[in-house]
Amino acid sequence: MSQLLKVAEAAAHGVTESATHTAQHAAHAATPSLSLLGDNLPALAIVVPLLAAPLVALMIRPALAWSLAALAGLTTLAVTGGLLARVLDSGPIVYAVGGWAGPWGIEYRIDTLSAGMLVLVAGIGAVSLLYARASVAREIPPARASLFYSLMLLCLTGLLGMCISGDVFNVFVFLEISSLSSYALIGLGSTRRAFTAAFNYLILGTIGATFYVIGIGLLYMMTGSLNMADLATLVPAQMDTTTVQMAIAFLAVGLSLKAALFPLHLWLPNAYAYAPSVVTAFLAATATKVSIYVLVRFVFTVFGGTGLLVLEGPLGLSAGTLICVLALAGVVVASLSAIYQEDAKRLLAYSSVAQVGYMLLGVGLASPAGLSAGLIHVFNHALIKFALFLAVGAVVWRTGSAHMAALAGAGKRMPWTMAAFVIAGLSLIGVPGTVGFVSKWMLLQAALAQQLWLVAGLILFTSLLAVVYVWKMIEAAYFRPVPEGGPEIAEAPLSLRLPLWLVALACIYFGLDASGPVGIAETATRTLLEGGA
Amino acid sequence: MIIHPLLLIVATPLAGALLIALSAGKPTQRETVTLVTAGLLFWQVLRLLAHSLGGGTVSPVELAVMPGVPLALSVEPLGLIFALVASGLWIVNSVYSIGYMRGNNEAHQTRFYVCFGLAISFAMGIALADNLFTLFLFYEALTLSTYPLVTHKGGAEAREAGRVYLGILMSTSIGFLLLAIVWTWQATGRMDFTPGGILAGHVDEPEVGLLLFLFMYGIGKAALMPIHRWLPAAMVAPTPVSALLHAVAVVKAGVFSVVKVIVYIFGLDLLNASPSADWLLYAAGATILIASLIALKQDNLKRRLAYSTISQLSYVILAAAILAPLSVAGAALHIAAHAVGKITLFFAAGSIYTAAHKTQVSQLDGIGRRMPWTMGAFAIGALSMVGVPPTAGFLSKWFMLSGAWATEQWVAVGVIVLSTLLNAAYFLPIVYAAFFRAPPPDDAHHPPHGEAPWPIVAALTTTAGLTVLLFLFPRPVLDLALALVGATP
Amino acid sequence: MSIETLSGALLAHGNYWIVIGLMMTGLYVVIDRGNLVKKIIGLNIFQTSVFMLYISMGKIDGGTAPILDQALGRTYSNPLPHVLILTAIVVGVATTALGLALVVRIKEAYGTIEEDEILAIEHGEDDR
Repeated sequence: MSQLLKVAEAAAHGVTESATHTAQHAAHAATPSLSLLGDNLPALAIVVPLLAAPLVALMIRPALAWSLAALAGLTTLAVTGGLLARVLDSGPIVYAVGGWAGPWGIEYRIDTLSAGMLVLVAGIGAVSLLYARASVAREIPPARASLFYSLMLLCLTGLLGMCISGDVFNVFVFLEISSLSSYALIGLGSTRRAFTAAFNYLILGTIGATFYVIGIGLLYMMTGSLNMADLATLVPAQMDTTTVQMAIAFLAVGLSLKAALFPLHLWLPNAYAYAPSVVTAFLAATATKVSIYVLVRFVFTVFGGTGLLVLEGPLGLSAGTLICVLALAGVVVASLSAIYQEDAKRLLAYSSVAQVGYMLLGVGLASPAGLSAGLIHVFNHALIKFALFLAVGAVVWRTGSAHMAALAGAGKRMPWTMAAFVIAGLSLIGVPGTVGFVSKWMLLQAALAQQLWLVAGLILFTSLLAVVYVWKMIEAAYFRPVPEGGPEIAEAPLSLRLPLWLVALACIYFGLDASGPVGIAETATRTLLEGGA
Repeated sequence: MIIHPLLLIVATPLAGALLIALSAGKPTQRETVTLVTAGLLFWQVLRLLAHSLGGGTVSPVELAVMPGVPLALSVEPLGLIFALVASGLWIVNSVYSIGYMRGNNEAHQTRFYVCFGLAISFAMGIALADNLFTLFLFYEALTLSTYPLVTHKGGAEAREAGRVYLGILMSTSIGFLLLAIVWTWQATGRMDFTPGGILAGHVDEPEVGLLLFLFMYGIGKAALMPIHRWLPAAMVAPTPVSALLHAVAVVKAGVFSVVKVIVYIFGLDLLNASPSADWLLYAAGATILIASLIALKQDNLKRRLAYSTISQLSYVILAAAILAPLSVAGAALHIAAHAVGKITLFFAAGSIYTAAHKTQVSQLDGIGRRMPWTMGAFAIGALSMVGVPPTAGFLSKWFMLSGAWATEQWVAVGVIVLSTLLNAAYFLPIVYAAFFRAPPPDDAHHPPHGEAPWPIVAALTTTAGLTVLLFLFPRPVLDLALALVGATP
Repeated sequence: MSIETLSGALLAHGNYWIVIGLMMTGLYVVIDRGNLVKKIIGLNIFQTSVFMLYISMGKIDGGTAPILDQALGRTYSNPLPHVLILTAIVVGVATTALGLALVVRIKEAYGTIEEDEILAIEHGEDDR
C-alpha cells in the first residue's frame, strides 16, 4: 500500500518538506502565512479518519470505540470545513503529498467542487457516526461494534480520498478502500441476505473498479501521466486515438457501475436493503455521489468537458445524448420499480437509482446550467436520502423491520420520526420550499433552455411517480391500523431523532436559502468548464 | 425587532398552529388560541386594507431562495380581497368548528386545528404572493396541509378520497403549473406579477394558447373540468373543512391564481390579441353548465354543493376569460360573493348533519320548521348562488354580464343566463321542500330534533348576514375589484 | 490478409492478445459459473489480466531493471507501472480474502455456495 504510506507520511513531515501553495490569481499573489496545521489541512482530512480507524478497532468497549470514532468524524468535518473556507476565500489548493511535487508525486487538488464534496461526505459521515451509537447497539453484536466503527472510518477515508486526490491511480486506491470496507459493512447486516447482497456488490464493484484501472492504464499508455491536471494538457492531442477512446469507454462503464447508473445498478437495491440501517444511510448519501464526482472530474477536467460530451459516437449519438437517454431510462424504470416495493429500504434504494439518473442527466445536458443542476442535486439528494434512511433506520430500531407492514401505525406511535420522514419525502418529490425543488427547478431550467421538452416532461412525470412511491410509505405509516397484539412501539430514542431532525431541517433550510450550495455548484461548474483544475 | 407587516400576516396563523400543537389535550385552550389567532389575523388584514384604500403603499418583502428566484410578498387589490375573505371567514368558521367538532365528538381535534391554521397561513401566502414561485410554493403547501384535513376520518374511504385529492392536485401542479412557470421564466427571465402582464412580446401565437392551457389546467384548485374530481372527493372531510377550505380558501386560491395569472402574467391585451387563447371561455362555459347538470342529480347535499362550487368557480374563470375590465372586476367580486354564500350553504349542511344526522337532499322535507335559522340562512345562500337580489351573488353576476354584453360575447351571456336557470333548478327545490313540505312523522329513523348547537347557528347566521351586507355595502370590495383592472370607481 | 501479416500483427501485440484472452476468460467465469468460489477465481483471472497489461506496458525494448547506478545512458524499463500494480495486487488480495470470507458466511447461512440454489431459497422466502 505504498500510496497510503505516502499519505500517512505526509502528516509526519513538517512544513519544510510539504509544499502547500494556493493556485494564485494575480490578486491573491500575496504570500499566505499559513500555520503548520493549516498547511497540512489537506493531509489531515485523510489522515484523521485513517489513523483513527485502527485505533478504534483496538477499543474493546463499544462506547469507547464510538466516542473515538465520533470524535474523529467531527474532527474530519472541521478540517474539511476549514478547507472549504480556504478554497472559497483564496482559490484552489494544490498539496503535494509527502513533498513529492506533481506530476510524479501524488497531488491533492482541492477546488470548489472537491471542497464541497469533502464537506458533504465528512458531514454525512459525522452525523452517521453520531446516529450510529444507538443503531449499532441494536443491530451489531457488541463484540463487533468496534470493528464496525473502524470500517465506517475506513469507508469515510476512502470516499474523502476519492474527492481530494488529483492523481487518478490514487483515486483507484481510495475507491477500493471505500469499496472493500463497504462490502464488509453491508455483510454485517442482520439477515443472511446481507451476505449475498455484499457478495454480489463485491463482484460487480470489483469489475467496475477493474474497468477503471484498465481505463487509466490505457490513458497512462498514451500520455505517461497519472496526474489529472497533467492529463488534461496531454490528452487533447491524443483524443482521436482508439486507445484514448477505449480508455473513455472503460472509465465510463467502470464509474457508472460504481455510481449505479442504469442499467448498471443491479447491485444497489439489495445492498441498501440488507445493510445495517446506519450503513445504508451513510452509503446512500455518499457512495454513489462520490463516484459521480469522479465521473464528472474525468469528463470535464481530464477530457476537457463539453467537447467530449458532444463528440459524435457510434450510431450518431453523442456521448452526452447517450448519458441523457440512459439517465432518463433509469429514472423512469427505477421509479416504476420503486412503486412496487414492499420494503421501505428497497423502495428508497430504487428511488436512489432514479435520482442518480437526475444527476447524470444534468451532466449529459452538457451545458453550464445542466452541470450546475446535476451538482446541486448531488448535494440535495444526499441530504434527502440521508434523512429518509435515518428515519427508516429509527423505525427498524423499534420494529426490527422496514417492511410496509412494520410501518403500520408508525405515524401515531413515532410521530417525530415520521414527521421528519414526511419532510424528507416531500423533498424527494420536489415540493417547493425543500431542497428537492431547488434541484428540480434548476434541472428543468437547463432542459428548457435547450428546448428539450421531452426531457422536461419526463422530469415532471417522474416527479409524479415519486409522489406515488413516497405516498405509499406515508399511507402505510398513517393509515394502516396499528397491528393487534404486536409489541408496544414507542418513539425512537433521542440519539436517533436528533441527527434525523438535523438533516430534515437542513432539507428545508437549504430549500429556502439555497444560495450557498447553488453558489458553490455554479463556481464549481465554471471551474470545470474552463478546463483544468 | 419589527417584523414586516406582510410577513407577520403569513406568520400569525403559523404561530397560532404552533401554539395549538402545544395545547394538545386542552380543548378550551386550543379553541381560544384558534379564535384569538383568527381575530389577530383579521385585524391585521383590515389594517392593511384601510392603509391601501387610503392610498398607502407597503414595501414588498423579499427573501432570495436561488439566484433570481426570490420568495416575495406584496400587496395588490385582488390579493387583499382574497386575504380579507379568507381571514374574515376563518373567525366565523372557527366558531362553527368548535360547535361542529364538539357536537360530533370528532377525534384528532388538535391535528385538525393545527392543519387549519397552517392552511390559512398558506392561503395568506398565496394572497400576498408577489411572483409565480412564491405562489407555487404556498399553493403546494396548501395542498399538503389540507390533505390531513380531507383524510381526517381515517379508514379506507378517506384514504381513497385523499388519493384522488392529492393525485389530481399534485399531478396538475407539478405536471403543468411548474412547467408553465419554468417556461415563463425561460421566456421572459422574470416571473413577478406585473400590471399589464410580462409575457407580451416574449411568447408568440399559438404558444400563448398552449401556455394558457398549462396554467389553467395546472391550477387544479380552480377545478376546471375535467380536473374537478378532487373537489367532490374532498367532501369526505368534516363540514368545517368543506366550508372554509373547499368553498373558500382552497378553491378561491385556485381561481384567485387564475385571475392573477391572466391579469398580471399574460395581461388582458395579450390574450385579447391571441385567438389561440379563446378556448378558455368555452372550457369555463362548459364546466359551468355540465357541473350544474351533475349537481341537479346529486342527492347527497354536500356533493350537490361541491358540484355547485365547481360551476361557480368557473364563473370566475369565465368572467376573467371575457377579458373585459368590468367582467374581470366581476370575477374579483365573485370571489368574495361566492365565498360568503357558499360557506353559508355548507354551514347549513353541517348544521343539519349535526342536529338531524341527515345528509341527503331527499331527507329534508319540512326540516325548515325544525331548524328555521339554518334553513333561512340556507335560502339566502341559495339565492346568492342563483344571483337574486338582495344578495351578493347578484352584484358579481351583474358585472360579469355587463362586461360580456359590452364586448358582445354572446356565448358568455348565454352561458350565464342558462346557468342561472340551472342554479335555480337545483337549489330552490331544497328550500321549497324544507319549508313547505310536511315533515315525516317522528320515529326511530327520524328522531325529533331542534336547531344545531348555538355556535353553529351563530356562524351560519353571520355569514348569511354577510351575504346580504355585501350586496348593500359593496364599496370596499368593489373599490378593490375596480382597482385591479385600473378602472376608477 | 495473409497468414504472415496476421501472425505478425498477433506477435507484435502478443501481450495485448494474452491480456484480452485472460480478461474475457475471467469475465466469462464470473458471469457464467454459479459456484461462488469459482466466481472469485474468475474475478482473480480478470484482475490478473489487468496486472499483466500494466506490467507489459512498462517494458521497453532492451531496457533493464530500473536500478539507479552511475553508468549513464542505460535504458530502463518504466518502474512506475510495477509500483502501481504492487498496490493493485494488494487490493486484489484483500478483495479475494473478503470475497472468500463472505462465501464462508454464505455457506454457513444457506448451506450451499451455488448461486441458483441460494436464489431458490431466497425466492422461497419471498413467496411465503
